[in-house]
Amino acid sequence: MIRTPLRPLASVLSAREKGENPDLIEAENLRRRNEDVRDRDRLRAESRLLVLSLAFMAAFMVVGMRMGMLASADPVEPHEDRYASALAAQRADIIDINGAILATNLITNSLYAQPHLMIDKPSAAAGLAQVFPDLNAQDLLEQFNSSRKFIWLKRKISPEQMQAVHDIGEPGLQFGPREMRLYPNGAFAAHILGGAGFGREGVHSAEVIGIAGVEHRYDAFLRNPAEQGRPLQLTLDLSVQAAMRRVLGGGMRLLSAKGAAAVLMEANTGEVIAMVSLPDFDPNDRPTPLTKGDASDSPLFNRAAQGLYELGSTFKLFTVAQALDLGIATPETMIDTQGPLKWGKFSIRDFHDYGKSLSLTDVLVKSSNIGTANLAREIGAGQQQAFLDALGLFSPVPLELPEASQSRPLLPKRWSELSTMTISYGHGLAASPLHLAAAYASLLNGGYRVTPTLIKPSGDAARGPRIVSEDTSKILRSMLRQVVVRGTASMGEVAGYHVGGKTGSADKPDAKGGYAKEKVISTFASVFPAHDPKYILVVTLDEPVDTTGTEPRRTAGWTAVPVAAEIIRRTAPLLGMRPEIDHPDEMKYMLSNY
Amino acid sequence: MRGLIYALAALAIIALAYWAYNENYATQAALRRVDTLQQQIGDQREKLGVLRAEWAYLNRPDRLRELADLNYLTLGLMPLTSVHFGLTEQVAFPQLDVNDITGPVDLSADLSADLEPPLAEAKP
Repeated sequence: MIRTPLRPLASVLSAREKGENPDLIEAENLRRRNEDVRDRDRLRAESRLLVLSLAFMAAFMVVGMRMGMLASADPVEPHEDRYASALAAQRADIIDINGAILATNLITNSLYAQPHLMIDKPSAAAGLAQVFPDLNAQDLLEQFNSSRKFIWLKRKISPEQMQAVHDIGEPGLQFGPREMRLYPNGAFAAHILGGAGFGREGVHSAEVIGIAGVEHRYDAFLRNPAEQGRPLQLTLDLSVQAAMRRVLGGGMRLLSAKGAAAVLMEANTGEVIAMVSLPDFDPNDRPTPLTKGDASDSPLFNRAAQGLYELGSTFKLFTVAQALDLGIATPETMIDTQGPLKWGKFSIRDFHDYGKSLSLTDVLVKSSNIGTANLAREIGAGQQQAFLDALGLFSPVPLELPEASQSRPLLPKRWSELSTMTISYGHGLAASPLHLAAAYASLLNGGYRVTPTLIKPSGDAARGPRIVSEDTSKILRSMLRQVVVRGTASMGEVAGYHVGGKTGSADKPDAKGGYAKEKVISTFASVFPAHDPKYILVVTLDEPVDTTGTEPRRTAGWTAVPVAAEIIRRTAPLLGMRPEIDHPDEMKYMLSNY
Repeated sequence: MRGLIYALAALAIIALAYWAYNENYATQAALRRVDTLQQQIGDQREKLGVLRAEWAYLNRPDRLRELADLNYLTLGLMPLTSVHFGLTEQVAFPQLDVNDITGPVDLSADLSADLEPPLAEAKP
């Protein structure tokens, strides 16, 4: 670099000649040089600032663009997370004890309309009315012409219907995928399964929620994604349930009964193997509940778990059990049956006159109201209440059905001595057939309290508290066996299965507060085999009448008992029970006869 | 020397960038494939569910009973009852399926002719 001198000799000399101060020249040159340096520095600083600002601008633009992209992009699930969870249906299956499917899911479609996309509204309305007979073309057209932009037409449609709607060729008719609940076996366990419906609905999916039965009770479990579609296993047995439903339905028709209910329960564990209430319904197409009248007239009503009936003489077993357990009587003790038994203005009578006295066994076998009432008097109201409470007859059955947990037995408002006497033979206290089955199981299985359940317990369930002694339980079983062999339930004998049981026929209460004469609830509570109790069966018929004889017969011995016997005949082999025949020759005879 | 290091570093960066680029695309391809497979699994599960539902529907007790009734002549199925349980001694000992080693020989052609009279004679 060439530096310009601050004091050029030529300028200094000429200045000296002119008598000027040469320092001025130096100052002038210095100023110029400084200015040059300043200009250069400024330029450099400016260019640096420019580069820096460009760099910052680029960086900010990158950040800004990225933010913009994130803001405008559709949210997407991160890839890696999606594969951790297995693909599962929205709602888990329900299966029976053998793994047969009771409830599952099916993919279908829903149909909706977007009128503003429609081309030919009248023909679309006409076409839809043709595909779906329950839709009206006129109403549809009115809806399409309204200002609405979105109209639900059908919740669930079949593939055939979907194709038919496609064939209409209207772009304004659209489909949304739907998962629907399917009960492949139809009505067969309607009251237990309940039913499902749609909860919150969107275009692309809808919540499937349980409405009643185990679907409602186990809604959270069935919908829990953490369970990964693990099915809910019930203790029901599909084939037993189907056979029982068929036999009970046949019996109900033959005896012109209004309704019927049956519960088959394992005596030791309380597992419900089959439970039928007739009339029933198809859970795939659940009827709407009645808004007026008696709820029990609806097929939705579960007579086995919800229906509270005075179950009549079946309650005598409880009185006899308590008398035995308290040591008030032995099976041979003679009980006073002199009638009629008066209490105030009420009098208690027997179906037949049984003379002065009967042994305790015969009181049960012949079903003497007077004898039982006398026993109950001796037991006393307090002890009777405590005993019935221990048997679970004072509270709803803790079965896993929302309907069962609402049915609290009807007790007398004031428990007088008369109540004690009438309740001893099953009048004045209304309970469900399920209550009865649980109480019978508790008394007959050796004396341990049984809690009915529909869900197979994981591992060994703990035994309930003791209700009666082992000996009492044994005596009760032999008494019930005698009821079948020589008592009121003689039609209940099923070769090879040693049925024991107690009949009960109770007049139905009428609207006026009295009892209807011609309307009875007839019940048969049974245990088989009586010497080694495995199963408890309770059959209840609502207003049955047997018209095969010369006069109509309504007692349980003629109605509920034969139906129960047929149920045992059909279901016991299905449960894998071998008939126990005392004489092998008899067995051979049976087989050769067949 | 310094220039060589610079050049090598630059080459290394290019190589690594190429590798990372490849890995990126390979990963994306794998993810897409997993996506497709998941979709296929989902479809198959859906189909399986439909088939299971159909199987359960076809095996519903009512239908099976009706079918058993309809085909009673060929199948001979009836509701299980207690008489269907047998005793062990009633079960015949299974016959041994051995070849006929005795080799029967027709000793007399006349005998078989006697047993099967000519058709013309048999008709009245």
